[in-house]
Amino acid sequence: MKQVFKRPECLIDVPFHFCPGCHHGLVHRLVAEAIDEYKLREETIIAASVGCSVFMYDYFDVDVVESPHGRASAVATGVKRARPDAFVFTYQGDGDLAAIGTAEILHTANRGEKVTVFFVNNTIYGMTGGQMAPTTMIDQISTTTPYGRDPEEAGYPLHMAELLAALPGTAYSARVAVDSIKNLTQARKVTKRAVQTQIDRAGFSFVEYLSACPTNWKMNAEAANRRVTEELIPCFPLGVFKDYQAAQAVKE
Amino acid sequence: MSEKKRKALVKGNDAVAMGAIEAGCKFYFGYPITPQNEIPEYMAAHLSDGRGTFIQAESEIASINMLLGAGATGARAMTSSSSPGISLKQEGLSYMAGSEIPGVVVNMSRSGPGLGGISPSQGDYFQATRGGGHGDYRVFVLAPDSVQECYDLTMLAFDMAEKYRNPVLVLGDAMLGQMKESLDPTPYKPTGTFDKSWILTGAKDRPPRLLKSLYLDDGELTEHNWKLYRKYQKMREDVRFEAIGLEDAELVVVAFGSMARVLKSSVDMAQGKGLKVGLIRPITLYPYPEAIIRETSQRIRHFQVMELNTGQMVEDVRLSVDPGTKVDFFGLPPGMLPSPDVLLAEIEKVYHPAAQEVRS
Repeated sequence: MKQVFKRPECLIDVPFHFCPGCHHGLVHRLVAEAIDEYKLREETIIAASVGCSVFMYDYFDVDVVESPHGRASAVATGVKRARPDAFVFTYQGDGDLAAIGTAEILHTANRGEKVTVFFVNNTIYGMTGGQMAPTTMIDQISTTTPYGRDPEEAGYPLHMAELLAALPGTAYSARVAVDSIKNLTQARKVTKRAVQTQIDRAGFSFVEYLSACPTNWKMNAEAANRRVTEELIPCFPLGVFKDYQAAQAVKE
Repeated sequence: MSEKKRKALVKGNDAVAMGAIEAGCKFYFGYPITPQNEIPEYMAAHLSDGRGTFIQAESEIASINMLLGAGATGARAMTSSSSPGISLKQEGLSYMAGSEIPGVVVNMSRSGPGLGGISPSQGDYFQATRGGGHGDYRVFVLAPDSVQECYDLTMLAFDMAEKYRNPVLVLGDAMLGQMKESLDPTPYKPTGTFDKSWILTGAKDRPPRLLKSLYLDDGELTEHNWKLYRKYQKMREDVRFEAIGLEDAELVVVAFGSMARVLKSSVDMAQGKGLKVGLIRPITLYPYPEAIIRETSQRIRHFQVMELNTGQMVEDVRLSVDPGTKVDFFGLPPGMLPSPDVLLAEIEKVYHPAAQEVRS
């Protein structure tokens, strides 16, 4: 009988620690599938981040260096420059990447570092217990916006995929979701394109994943998934905002 | 590694950079700050054009984390800065120490606190020798007092970083960085071979490797800290100092870096006047040369510490001496550089009463 579904080879056979309904597990799997597809396991070096994603090294069967909070893309820069043939990626949450690590991510992209960044946007700080993130939506309740995010006081949600797409060093930038089979299929395609970008040494590559955080959204798994569909996607539109291959095709 | 180079008149900052290149440093990450800008400029000239990697980072924070990343792969890498920038690097230094990632960091220190000024200072002694960032860790610290040592000790710093899998700090200051002296650019000779079985290269034909400082399981972090502690103790085998005239001294002066440099002239002058003055100059500030200070103080009961601050290293001298040893202190707050005459006067102030005590 033909096997149509299996655990990606670069994932270790242990259960994820993530909460039920959290999308991290799905995104981990997409990244792992792409590494398998391009047979990159033996040349991958991850710059791990701080947040719920910190335990990546418990799941990925590859070399990992831990980074201080927000600094993963700077660490990845050092790794990639020293090992240009390695496949180097970071996997960061929204607090890590879009708040404390804003300077690092912006300049890593702007230098066109040949690294790939997988960015999980669940509009909240997960690990620390549900505080406002830079991506928290207007009127969204968090433990530090107990009356909802008021832009007069707390500003507006950051749209990282669009922001980074505007930089010349960025070769590929996209936003995807994993809330439905259709979106998951697109996310799988985009993840591979981001990996391909690094293989092609075309520049910086970035994928933003809209993700559910049922625990800190105080929702059950189904309602949290529905919130991605009904609230997050209208605020953070899905799409490919920069694609060096498409740009080349137009030129040719 | 390289052909015999001729002696030249060189700035301390350039000597640091030359030492780094000679020791095989291929990766430099930095951010501009006075008075150390010759270092990144030299590294840019020598590591661009495919000869290595030079990145002018967006911040000191990014620089130290690029160093962390390059160090994780086993590459010889360096960053440099001056005091306010070194403060920004402390988070990264703590992570490097915790994850046991080597790297060389140069602090051509200036005056603080805050923006302070660009004049020489030894105000960063505590920050350098007490870890500097969060957690119970230490950084190996080398303190040159000449342009030649800026070169020699930077080469040694790369060896010590790899030997101990730990960040190494070269602590100079504005005076050392900016002054020009004759430099003999001797070829780099490794002081040992260093274990590279931990470096990240991709998990090909071996189990994955992990460099981290997060330990959450019961007892795990305690054991990790004990392991680091044992390593810091082992560093004592690489302690370095310079001792002058200790045989028949009645007063021992202790100073490091630029202050020691000025003080050497004062000690010469004092000896010329018949004063029996010896000098101990710590070259490693961590590990601290406590043994030579303890042993000397069992014999010579009067010490005088001089620093370009209001009293930092003097604490280490007081911790090192035999109980009952008199330890005087003369400090100048950052912002001023004393002449040898000024320090000679300070020696004479404390010398005569002490000499009488020893004789009686």
